[in-house]
Order: sequence, then structure tokens, then C-alpha cells
Amino acid sequence: MNRVYLDFNATTPVEPEVLDAMLPFFSTEFGNAASIHTFGQKSRAAVETAREKVAALIGARPQEIVFTSGGTESDNHAIFGVVLQPLLQARSEVEGSVAHGAVRSGEIGRHIITTAIEHEAVLNACQALEKEGVAVTYLPTDQEGQIDLEELRRAIRPETILITVMHANNELGTIQPLEEIGRLAAEADVYLHTDAVQSAGKIPIDVNALGVDLLSLSGHKLYAPKGIGALYVRGGTRLRQLLYGGHHQRGFRPGTENVAGIVGFGKAAEIARKSLRETAQRVSTLRDKLEQGLLHRVPQSRVNGGAAPRTPNTANLVFPGVEGEALLIALDLRGLACSTGAACSSGAVEPSHVLTAIGLPPEDARASLRFSLGRHTTSADLDFALNVVPAAVAQLRELSPAYRKAAKAR
Amino acid sequence: MTTITQFDTLPQCAKTRRGLVAVAMSGGVDSSAVAALLQQQGCTVVGLTMQLWNQRRLPELQGAGPARHRCCSLDDVYDAKAVAQHLNFPHYVVNFEEHFEDRVVRPFVDQYLTGRTPIACTNCNTDVKFEPLLRMARQIGAERLATGHYARIRKNAGSGRSELLRARDETKDQSYFLWGLSEEQLSRSDFPLGELTKEEVRALARRANLPVAEKPESMELCFVPNGNYVQFIQAYSQERGISLRNGEGEIVSESGELIGRHHGVQNFTIGQRKGLGFAAGKPLYVLSIDPQKNRVVVGEDHVLRKTVCEVDGVNWISCEKPGASIRAFAKIRHKHEPAAATIEPLDACSARVAFDTPQRAITPGQAVVFYAGDIVLGGGWIR
Repeated sequence: MNRVYLDFNATTPVEPEVLDAMLPFFSTEFGNAASIHTFGQKSRAAVETAREKVAALIGARPQEIVFTSGGTESDNHAIFGVVLQPLLQARSEVEGSVAHGAVRSGEIGRHIITTAIEHEAVLNACQALEKEGVAVTYLPTDQEGQIDLEELRRAIRPETILITVMHANNELGTIQPLEEIGRLAAEADVYLHTDAVQSAGKIPIDVNALGVDLLSLSGHKLYAPKGIGALYVRGGTRLRQLLYGGHHQRGFRPGTENVAGIVGFGKAAEIARKSLRETAQRVSTLRDKLEQGLLHRVPQSRVNGGAAPRTPNTANLVFPGVEGEALLIALDLRGLACSTGAACSSGAVEPSHVLTAIGLPPEDARASLRFSLGRHTTSADLDFALNVVPAAVAQLRELSPAYRKAAKAR
Repeated sequence: MTTITQFDTLPQCAKTRRGLVAVAMSGGVDSSAVAALLQQQGCTVVGLTMQLWNQRRLPELQGAGPARHRCCSLDDVYDAKAVAQHLNFPHYVVNFEEHFEDRVVRPFVDQYLTGRTPIACTNCNTDVKFEPLLRMARQIGAERLATGHYARIRKNAGSGRSELLRARDETKDQSYFLWGLSEEQLSRSDFPLGELTKEEVRALARRANLPVAEKPESMELCFVPNGNYVQFIQAYSQERGISLRNGEGEIVSESGELIGRHHGVQNFTIGQRKGLGFAAGKPLYVLSIDPQKNRVVVGEDHVLRKTVCEVDGVNWISCEKPGASIRAFAKIRHKHEPAAATIEPLDACSARVAFDTPQRAITPGQAVVFYAGDIVLGGGWIR
């Protein structure tokens, strides 16, 4: 069966050049990057070259890049690292017993600001800290999925320790005004973290222009393998480490380096940086073609978050009167892969917290589908989508009593 | 691949079936065997597993029973996936949690709290499996929905209607739980196990090397992991803020004489003997439950036997609603031997059932299902 993949926000394939770059590090160049001998030195050199390439993608210095297992670890490291850092300080200054429960008593790390549309890696980390007594503000967004800067300004308190706002949203593609957020954070002297997993490689990122102190990256969203990611930590940022072990990555993130993964990430970052402008232009043209085509061919369809600045590859549409879950399955059986809502542990679909947060009524949130394009998506792929989606929607609507009733009423 | 050839007894329509068939897969051996069987018959199969209830939802019930053998646990979802992977057909988990709570769990609790003894499986069949799941199956392009129910569907050449029949294996027959289906729902459904015994199904699963071939059967309601309804009702009511007419109430005799006290009417079901909390000279049974007065009436066994009851929500499947009284065999609970009765339709959705001989413990909330031989004519809820 002809299969078309339009779910590149979920993951991407490893680029052939990336795979080529990685392969030697599984076999001949297998040294531990921490070893002193020549085997180790070769791996070390490869890791450091990769670090430079990843740093270059976001305008950072190589020593500000920490390799992690992926976006989730990076987000957790940033959030827990900032919030728990003063706890360590307090422990060293006074006796441990005094610091114990200091968070609970509201003395340190008392307040985080985030948004209602973050990825679960951020939301659930914040909620875990909330249970430990840290106050968390979840900023609402407008119907395009953007936060209000004035609202952010008002949310900042003297005890605010961290602002964490995602760069681009995974479901809508909408981009937050990070530069302005960065200025507010700097004025208030609050750390700013951003989850840039969905923006890196799709739109230009410069950590200095954005004014972020911490930034999360994931390899598999930009054509590197799964299981490798990075956290940018601006020089001078006080961050508690999460893992304890050997001296890898300056002891800050111990664990034998995933050399092949890091090399692949480096190569992928290099390709992304070099091709970014050209890819963004081509992909956004295709995305617009898909969007316009669907709006034209599917009665009553609408774009979610379309009026805000967006990543070039993401289209989120609501097809009133259908169950997104059924549509997703119907499309998959016809050979088109896309996404709806969030997958829960059983693999079933849960209503999207993002679509609810931008004010969609539950039935519209359930009727929404995300198409995310990739670097190699072709016009023919979209023709296929433009063919099967309207047909599938029509079939679903035909078999939906609620829709037929509503149609009759119109 | 193992090939299975000895199912020549299957209805002809099953063999000539073409196109996409959706299989409702619980992760158990029965529905897994259905998938294998249909595939062997040349059908293109897609598996659908319903996510119905969040097992982590009522924390006070955690650890209250064995974690396995619950039908909406993650393990079962993974089992269904493993079967689909083994047989190499697409499989999806679909989320009907909200719907299941609205149509099955909440009514189940409400019924118990009004002194009735509900059958959640019937609601699940009528309002979930053969309603939104069947609709979804059709929406994704399947012509029919196949399930692991032990019952049979036969197309009546004369009337053109689809008829519901008892399973060939009477010990496994589940037709009692399917009386609520409309003829239309039935016409789009398949029960491929209706002609087989449990042993044959297991043998089929083994021959197909299904990873669930030796999996034990689940007997409990899927959302009540340990079978303790009372505990579930209490936990659920508390979570939903449903006030329980908890507190103590009276246990009285038929004449109103106070015999003992109880801790909530939801603890009782008609005909129950054990757990009344007192010892009487002669065996006493629950005769009726009055939630308004928070009262349980008990009496001797012979009083439990009644000849007449009324049913509502009546559904006629294999025939049109009869214009006059009909003779049929009526079954008042899953494990009841059908008894001869006269069914008199009262109005569009209610009927009066008069048994030839008194039946023990006709229980409000359960169903009366009408049979003509193996054919399920219809049924209704006992008032």
C-alpha cells in the first residue's frame, strides 16, 4: 500500500547522511569518550565536534550544550534543576535539617510561570513540583495559542524563580513571542527556559537574541535518532544536576556518552542549519497548499491557530461532525499517517489539552487533526492527502447521526 | 502459519464474507480467536480495543484484588496488540471512557442505589459495543463488527430479518446479554464463536499460536476489578459526590416486624440469604428493597416465588412486536433455566410476563429474555 507520512512533529526518520556519520561509532570507533587511550580520544573528538554543530544551530557556545537522552530529560533537568538549586545552596549554608522542607515552607524556589499549552514533559514536571509546595502559574493563551505578555508581566512575583514557555507548540505550530518574554525575564531577573523541541531546525533560533537561559532540544524531531537530545545552559546559570555518577560532561550529566547518537545529532543539526531557510520556504508553501486544499474541499473545516506566526510545517484543522480518533484510523487504513489529540498509555486518544486551552469546545477539539510535513514531503504526498481526507471525512459524517441531524437542521 | 480446516459447520455467510471486518478485541482468548478465525476465512481484519475505564481512577480500590484478569487493564490492551502483531493485522485502541461512564458505570451505580440489581454487560453491549464501536467500525470502512460473544446470528430467508440465537455451547451461551440489540445492529454484527465450544476456541487459539491461548477467563465486571460491587459503589459515589443513603436501615418481615438492621441497601440483592447480619430460626431471604424507606424486606423462600412480572424497555429482535400475547420460554437471569410463560405486550415498550409456574427471585434491574427454541425473540428490564 502507498503510505504517506504527515506526522513529522511526532518524529522524523534518520537522514541517510546522519546514519552514515553514525555507523562507524557502533563498531570500529566504539571507544568510550571518557577513556584516555586513542579509542577514547577518537570518540571524544567526535562528541566535541557534534557539540559545536548543535551549539551552532542555536547560536550557543559549545560548552553551553549538555547532551541528554532527549527532550523530556532536558525539560525535567531545566525545571527541577533551577527549582532545586537553591535547596542545595541552603543545605550547604545551614544544616540539612533546616533546609528540609524549605520549599514547602515557601522560603525558596517558590514560584514558576508556565503556559497551559506546554508539552507534558514540562506540564507534568511543574505539577510534580506543585505537589511539593512550589506555586505554579499556568498562563492561558488566546485562541491562536499565544500568551499575553501583559499577563505574563503581571504574573511575575518577587519569589518567581523560573519562566518556562515553549518556543513552538507541537500541535498548532504557533510560536511564542520569546524575545519579548526574554526581555521581561531579564528585567525581573528570572530564569527563562524554553522547550524548543518543535522549533529547532524549522525556524532560526539564536539563544542570545531570544534571551533564554535554558533551551531543550530533541534529536529525533530533526532527523537524528531517538534517544538523544540536548539542554542548552547559558554560562553562569545555577542548575542542580539530576543524575549522579561519573565525570562525563563535566560531571554535570554523568553516564557514558551515547557517542553514535551524539554524532548523529551533530550531523543532523548541521544539515538543519544549512538547509533551514530553503526548507522552511518550500515546506510552508506545501503546508499552505494542503491547508487551502482541505479548507476548499471539506465543508465547514477550519484551521486552528492559523492567524499566529507558526512553524512552516504544521497544519491543524477541525472537521466538525467527526471523531478525530475514527478519522485518524480511517486515514491510516487508507495509507495516510497524521495525528489527533494525545496518545495515552494504552494508545487510545485523549482530548488535547492544547486545543481545549485555546478555547475550542470539546467536540471541536475531538474533531481536530494535525498534519505535520517533513523536509522531504512532496507535492504528490499532499495530492494523496487532499484526495483521501475529504473522502474519509464525508464517509464519517455520513455515518454520524449527530452530524446528519445538524445538517438537516441547517 | 497453522491452517485450520475443520470448521465446516460454520454458517455459509461467514465463509463468503469479503471486505474489511472489525474485531472488537478485549485481549482475551475468545475475541483473539475470532480474529484468527476470520483471517483464516479470508477476511481482512482490523482490531479495535476499547479503552473503557481508567483502572487508576479510584485509588481506594487499588491493591484490592488481583491486577490481572481485568478487561480494561493495560495488560489486556497489550495482549490484544500482541495478537494483532502475531497475526499481522492493524490494531487500534479507541477511547470510549466518557461514553462508558455515562451509559454503563453511572447507571449501574444509580440502579444499585435504588435497590435494583443491574446488568452492566447488557448496557455495554447495547449502548457501547454495538453503538459507538459499531459506528466507528463502519466509519473506518469495515462492513461488520465481529465479537467474541457466544451466540449466533442467522438470516431468516423468509422474513429477511437477522435473528439472534443461543450459542451452540449452552454452557457458554451469552444471548441473555444481547437482547437489547436492534435488528439493524445485529445485521451488521458477527459472532463467529456461536457454533463452537470453549474447548474448540481454545484449541483454535493454540493452533494459531496466539499469545493469549492459555489466558484464564475473566469473570468479573471489567470496571470492578475485585468483584466487590459494594466497595466500588462507595468509592465511585464518593468521587462523584453522589450522596449515599448510607447509614443504618431496617430489615423487616413482610408484616413490617423489625427483624434486624443493615448498612445500606446497595449491599443487597433479591433472593440473597447470606450477609443479612442476623440468625433466624428458619432461612430468610431478601424479598424486596425499598430505598425510599431505606428498608430491606425479608421472608421465607416460598414467598420469593412469583408468577408474574412486568418488564419495560422491551426490545423485539427476531420478530416484530407481536399484536397479541405469545407463548415463549422466558429467562429471568443469566443462570436461569428458561421457563414457559405467556408474554403480553402492554404498550410499545412494556410487557407482562406470566409464568406457568412460580419463579424464584424475579429481580428488578435484571432482564427477562424471551426465547422460542434457540431464537431470542426479545427481552425487557424487570420493573
